[in-house]
Amino acid sequence: MFRHVNRKTLGRIVLPATLALSLGLTACGGAANEASSGGGSSSGGSSALSGSINGAGSSAQSAAMTAWIAGFQQANSGAQVNYDAVGSGAGVEQFTNKGVAFAGSDKYLTSDQLTAANAACAGGAALDIPTYVSPIAVAYNLKGVDDLQLSPTTLAGIFAGTITSWDDAAIKADNPKADLPSTKITPVHRSDKSGTTNNFTDYLNKTAPETWTSAATETWPINGGESAKGTSGVVAVLKGGDGTIGYADESQVSGLQTAKVKVGSSWNGPTADGAAKALTDSKAVSGRPDGDLVFDVNRTTTADGAYPVLLVSYEIFCTKYANADQAKLVKGLLTYIVSSEGQQAAAKAAGSAPLPSEIASKAKESVDKISTDS
Amino acid sequence: MSPRGPRYGSRTQRQLPNWFLGVTGVGSVVVGTAGALGLGGGPVACVVLALVIFVIGSSGIAIAVEGRRRGINRLATILVCTAFGIAMVPLVSVVYVVIKNGLARFDVQFFTYSLSGVIGAGGGAYHAIVGTVYITLLTAVISVPIGILCSIYLVEYGRGPLARAITFFVDVMTGIPSIVAGLFAFALFELVTQDPGYRSGLAGAVALSVLMIPVVVRSTEEVLRLVPAELREASYALGTRKWKTIVRIVLPTAIGGIVTGVTISIARVTGETAPLLLTAGFSNATNTNLFDGRMANLPEYIYFQFTNPGVPVQAGVDRAWTAALVLIMIVMLLNLLARLVARIFRPKIS
Amino acid sequence: MTTISSPSARRGRRARQSGGDAVFAGVSLAAGIAILVVLAGVAVFLIVQSVPAFSAAKSDIPGAGSLLGYLAPLAFGTVLSAVLALLFAVPLAVAIALFITHYAPRRLAQALGYLVDLLAAVPSVVFGLWGIFWLAPKLVPLYLWLNDNLGFLPIFGSPSVTGRTILTASLVLAVMILPIVTAICREVFLQAPKLQEEAALALGATRWEMIRMAVLPFGRAGIVSGAMLGLGRALGETLAVALVLSVDPTLITANLIGTTNPSTIAANIALQFPESFGVSVNILILSGLLLFVITFVVNLAARTIVAKSAVKV
Repeated sequence: MFRHVNRKTLGRIVLPATLALSLGLTACGGAANEASSGGGSSSGGSSALSGSINGAGSSAQSAAMTAWIAGFQQANSGAQVNYDAVGSGAGVEQFTNKGVAFAGSDKYLTSDQLTAANAACAGGAALDIPTYVSPIAVAYNLKGVDDLQLSPTTLAGIFAGTITSWDDAAIKADNPKADLPSTKITPVHRSDKSGTTNNFTDYLNKTAPETWTSAATETWPINGGESAKGTSGVVAVLKGGDGTIGYADESQVSGLQTAKVKVGSSWNGPTADGAAKALTDSKAVSGRPDGDLVFDVNRTTTADGAYPVLLVSYEIFCTKYANADQAKLVKGLLTYIVSSEGQQAAAKAAGSAPLPSEIASKAKESVDKISTDS
Repeated sequence: MSPRGPRYGSRTQRQLPNWFLGVTGVGSVVVGTAGALGLGGGPVACVVLALVIFVIGSSGIAIAVEGRRRGINRLATILVCTAFGIAMVPLVSVVYVVIKNGLARFDVQFFTYSLSGVIGAGGGAYHAIVGTVYITLLTAVISVPIGILCSIYLVEYGRGPLARAITFFVDVMTGIPSIVAGLFAFALFELVTQDPGYRSGLAGAVALSVLMIPVVVRSTEEVLRLVPAELREASYALGTRKWKTIVRIVLPTAIGGIVTGVTISIARVTGETAPLLLTAGFSNATNTNLFDGRMANLPEYIYFQFTNPGVPVQAGVDRAWTAALVLIMIVMLLNLLARLVARIFRPKIS
Repeated sequence: MTTISSPSARRGRRARQSGGDAVFAGVSLAAGIAILVVLAGVAVFLIVQSVPAFSAAKSDIPGAGSLLGYLAPLAFGTVLSAVLALLFAVPLAVAIALFITHYAPRRLAQALGYLVDLLAAVPSVVFGLWGIFWLAPKLVPLYLWLNDNLGFLPIFGSPSVTGRTILTASLVLAVMILPIVTAICREVFLQAPKLQEEAALALGATRWEMIRMAVLPFGRAGIVSGAMLGLGRALGETLAVALVLSVDPTLITANLIGTTNPSTIAANIALQFPESFGVSVNILILSGLLLFVITFVVNLAARTIVAKSAVKV
């Protein structure tokens, strides 16, 4: 009833097919845009670094990190940097457990977290420096309304659910000239835990404490309203429905209108420049370890042109590493990141605000604390 | 194979002609459209109403004219075909959306470039394609033998509480959320290597295997059970040993179903993002060493290009769609390869 | 297993035992035990990692302030969405499998089978995006209609304007599990004994009667297995639900079409894990353990029901 399996057929078809598949993948050895697999030895001058380091953390800064890694590797063709955008919390966790050489975080470490992280630092200390500053846009989708202006109290009212239609008196008061429809407002917030939500709720709480009573938090604190995962999810929902309003990284909201927020007595839109100004007007947090540079953003700034709805993301690293090569690579990468060249690259690739020069030079001082002695 | 055409039915029974369905179909569309428009519904309402009228109308007429049994047969046919048609709508639309959006970057650069040093537009997914193929093949190499052997145990050898426990826990295993599989594999490799920074294609493959094995077992077990006992007995009667019977008779008889199961299970895990993120890590550059270093892969590539596209946004989104298209094509190729294997091993009935 | 006696019941006595047999039996037993070991490993991992969650401070537990208050809505949403998905998917999958095996012309059937298999390969993130961009907006008019006409039912309460509801999420899940359930049903239906099918037809049965008498009883165990696999996937699906659903993780509501919806355990892990640190991670893993237990209980229930009803056939 059964014939034996024809092994000749097997040999004739399957083996070559499998071979072809695996050869096809390995024969060319690498992607056309990657350096030949000769390793670090073939690469340029004596100053170039080689080897590989890994980082993990914030997904907000992942586009910028891509640009930084690209720029860094251009100068050091023997170096390989990997960054897993697993999220700030997971990044800090991995850093603390010595899983990665540096972490990106949308929130600076608390003193407890710093103490825990010091254990990963071979006798040195863990430090935060700001590297990525990005304005958070209040984006909306409302037919026929182009230049929306929202005072903090109105904005808080919309997101708290007390202002429910676009022709509400409070919105009219902010926009005397606009022709506002009676469309229902659908506020959209992040469904995932996020640094963006943390900064946005901080802004609402600091500027409109009577309307927005919850403190800053990474998880949306109140019930009601539409929620969506990640910046891209929020943008998709905003684009999908008339009368929607939400908050998202400014670089990602192309195709949507953005509202101007009230700063002092003027109305400012989300710009990189404005975010940088707001950060300049903020004080560094005191009582932190030497070299640790973190900011509590001054949300109530009245500086000219400032835009206080912004996110500051940090890089966390050690001043000492068990392995001197790792230390050199981390130092090299971070030096590039805080340089004006690196900040410009991120501005171009991720729409972030370049660090104000005095903050950048302080950050550079912190990076210089990394000891590269073996 | 399957019987087709209304050949049954004796001369004394009244039978509706073949054009009957056409007439009721046209009729339902007319009535449905008119009704839906009259009630103020959109095009979707028209289709739904027409469909409902068609199903009820034609089976009603069939029951009245042809009698209950034949009428119910008509109803069943119409329902099966309608259900099939309804199910095809979302399935085809998913494929359509992926192809339409995926063609934007379906070019040579996409297959020859990685993302190393790429900012903004351009770049490709060479590194992720290589990574996905490697990780998927390794996952299959781990999962398929374990899965098939386990189902052989369950069907051919297993008796008593152990076999029942395995059957039951395999079902439980299918419900492990993918991210938990990732966390588990991460913790396992941290324990084994004592290096919390250990990331590799191997760790990713182990995480995926946790998800894949139960699917292989469940689907293989089902088809092995359906191999007629007579075949086994005939083989035993000829003095063939049990293991040889399994390898030479049972497995070849069920090979079609086994291959389907394996393909489905491969498809099930190739699209997983979360476990790989924790175990295989991510990289913008190519890595062909499964046992050391981060390995890029298509699901993560798709995920990150969608969620963190950078500027311009569209460049990243286009890459993501094309990567999704490529991922489906890779599974399709593996599917074809598996079917080829099945064809070679399938018993030829002479 | 109503038409074939279990082959394992009559092994041994007929087959000659030999060294090869012992090795083969041993290897396959080892594979089975390996699976139990892996599963035990996962369970131990989950338990060890979730123990710290029980001593978590109230302020560390998001929302409700107690573990039970935090986990109950998630469990509710998980079971609700998975059960709904199963209700949509299983009848459709059986119909597709019947269509492919017993109705469609052979060549077409092969092509269709291939297409359905292929859909299992679509990554879940793509299903999520398809749900947001394609499906959800198209369902909005339906939800409005349901609320207008059937609004007196609590399940059709105040409707969402974006369509990103738990009903939509269940539909997306249904589409996602359709290929798996269909593939298994199809394989099982194909194996239905041709002789019995032909005998039924020869006795004058209509095609539907033949399917009811010869195919469905034969394939019952297979359908259940397929459904269980689908259920497992629906319970554990992460990314598609996280993307599609507009969630409020503290909510328990009967409304299937509202703006805010209960979250699911797997989606909640995906949403919270990346930014979580310390004991928050342990709480999330505890929810993973709960999902594990839910899957366990659901499977136990399903197996019991199947075993009980099988006696009657």
